[in-house]
Amino acid sequence: MKIIVLVKEVPDTYGERKLDLETGLADRAASEAVLDEIGERALEVALAHADAHGDTEVVVMSMAPESAATTIRKGLAMGAASAVHIADPGLAGADLGLTARTLAAAIRRTGFDLVITGNLSTDGSGGVLPAMLAELLEVPNATALASVEITGGSVSGTRNVDGGTMRVSAPLPAVISITEALPDARFPNFKGIMAAKKKPFETLGAADLGIEPEDLSVPVSIMTAVAEKPPRTAGTKITDEGDAGTKIAEFLIENRLV
Amino acid sequence: MTDHPADAILVVLETTPNGELASSAAGLIAAASGIGTPVALAVTSPGRAQSLADGAAALGAERVLAVETTSTQSELTVPHVDALAAAAAVVAPDAVLISNSIDGRDIAGRFAARTGAPIAVDAIGVSRDDEGVLAHHSVYGAAYTLDSAATFGPLVVTVRQGSVDARAEARPVALESLEVPASGAASAAIESIEAVTESSSRPELRGAKRVVSGGRGLGSAEKFALVEELADALGAAVGASRAAVDAGYIPASHQVGQTGVAVSPQLYVALGISGAIQHRAGMQTAKNIIAVNKDPDAPIFDVADFGVVGDVFTVVPQLISALAERKR
Ligand SMILES: Cc1cc2nc3c(=O)[nH]c(=O)nc-3n(C[C@H](O)[C@H](O)[C@H](O)COP(=O)(O)OP(=O)(O)OC[C@H]3O[C@@H](n4cnc5c(N)ncnc54)[C@H](O)[C@@H]3O)c2cc1C
Repeated sequence: MKIIVLVKEVPDTYGERKLDLETGLADRAASEAVLDEIGERALEVALAHADAHGDTEVVVMSMAPESAATTIRKGLAMGAASAVHIADPGLAGADLGLTARTLAAAIRRTGFDLVITGNLSTDGSGGVLPAMLAELLEVPNATALASVEITGGSVSGTRNVDGGTMRVSAPLPAVISITEALPDARFPNFKGIMAAKKKPFETLGAADLGIEPEDLSVPVSIMTAVAEKPPRTAGTKITDEGDAGTKIAEFLIENRLV
Repeated sequence: MTDHPADAILVVLETTPNGELASSAAGLIAAASGIGTPVALAVTSPGRAQSLADGAAALGAERVLAVETTSTQSELTVPHVDALAAAAAVVAPDAVLISNSIDGRDIAGRFAARTGAPIAVDAIGVSRDDEGVLAHHSVYGAAYTLDSAATFGPLVVTVRQGSVDARAEARPVALESLEVPASGAASAAIESIEAVTESSSRPELRGAKRVVSGGRGLGSAEKFALVEELADALGAAVGASRAAVDAGYIPASHQVGQTGVAVSPQLYVALGISGAIQHRAGMQTAKNIIAVNKDPDAPIFDVADFGVVGDVFTVVPQLISALAERKR
């Protein structure tokens, strides 16, 4: 079985994240870049399956600027067999439609039984990409899975939707996305880091995938304005001297919050 | 076939697992009526269209297109997308508004991919200028605001739940049934749905006006009850940090933050929460923030309007009795 895990380099959320106010794009120089945690969890699902089923091949795939190669390599160090990196200056600032078309083309080219993604990235919070990919790849989508069971020919799991819990299943090939209810990912160990250096790492451009990034006949979503909000400032801080509960009540009353 | 308004905005109605109109409908229809004429799409099980149409009209839908089908009970996403594609073909809307819920995102994603329409995600509002529909976003934990638009053609917008406070005026009920050709697109099978009815009458976290949240500082699921007690005293929804969710104090649906729910209430009370940046990302747009934490250096104090360095187990009970005192 071939499992493709989509991973993404994002600004580390533990640091301050900045947007370039000219372009509206992530200011990559402003913060440390890391592999998105939810993508690591997605990779863990695939690797755990591979641990138990020897005939499983795990491929990490990412569409990101060239500078993200080191971050993607971490996926190899964790245990993926190969990596596909779609890096093309023409794809900088790609909207979701172009991103989905590009990734779908790369996924088809690599071949797959199962595509696993995170449910939401920490920088975009879009969460629509898995369904877009399923539509373009003409396969079922099973998104926001809080538990996953993969068998030879199908994938199933539970999803916590608004107001209920749903059990779903789909025949393979399929696209799934997982939530942070799934376990933390393993850490790459020394052996993994050394082995990663010898693993196949393919870098593709848009042209390799038959994608024309600047096709003006296709409608795209564009950013029309971006602004930074002033940061919040701290107010009063007191140390409890036995009456802090009463003081909070007073604050609530003064500010007409009760 | 009826003529559809030239400035139609197609709104996808969501239903609860029990088949009722979901709470997202009011905000979506109001947002649509701010930029055009709201035409709502109801995809529902046989016999339920009329009640959904009544509900949607009361919330301001000019017209409701209804599809009654049993397929939504057994197939994930695809039947909704087929219906939406059929509706968009007859209505030719300027925009499609869909709730940014788990199911809404899937419908929006597949629909946009199928029709090639540009998509704007997690909008907190929409507006219209000379060139068309704009979606407004709040990103990076509300540190930035962005606007986005389609270069041409309709824009598909997923709207953050609870972000639109406006309500539209009721209109007369106009129900029209819609024929939907099945696309035959492969879908996952729904094997079962269990409705989880929240066991309490507390307000829903999304869109709540007041939120009381607890963190790892509460120490156990039993002691987390203190958070709920204060929430009830304030008529507030209950939130939590991811650490509290991970520790099993409370279900994940209560998580506030970057990967949980983003809230923007009048009042946010953080109890035993350190205020990690990922937590702040989901609450720092609250009008008033109160924090109680033992650690004077906890980052939550950087965003608190009123911070108390103290133990939640002494401060909060006193607060609850002070509030009870006042009621008497
Ligand atoms: C990609 C990613 C996404 C994330 N998304 C989220 C998210 O959506 N939401 C979220 O909350 N977190 C999120 N996190 C986790 C986040 O980084 C923190 O780990 C988490 O918010 C910590 O929760 P906490 O404040 O409850 O726990 P801690 O950081 O352990 O803080 C507990 C606090 O309780 C205080 N305390 C202890 N006992 C008492 C007492 N008796 N009285 C008063 N105070 C007491 C302590 O001083 C401490 O400050 C995410 C992390 C990552 C990497």
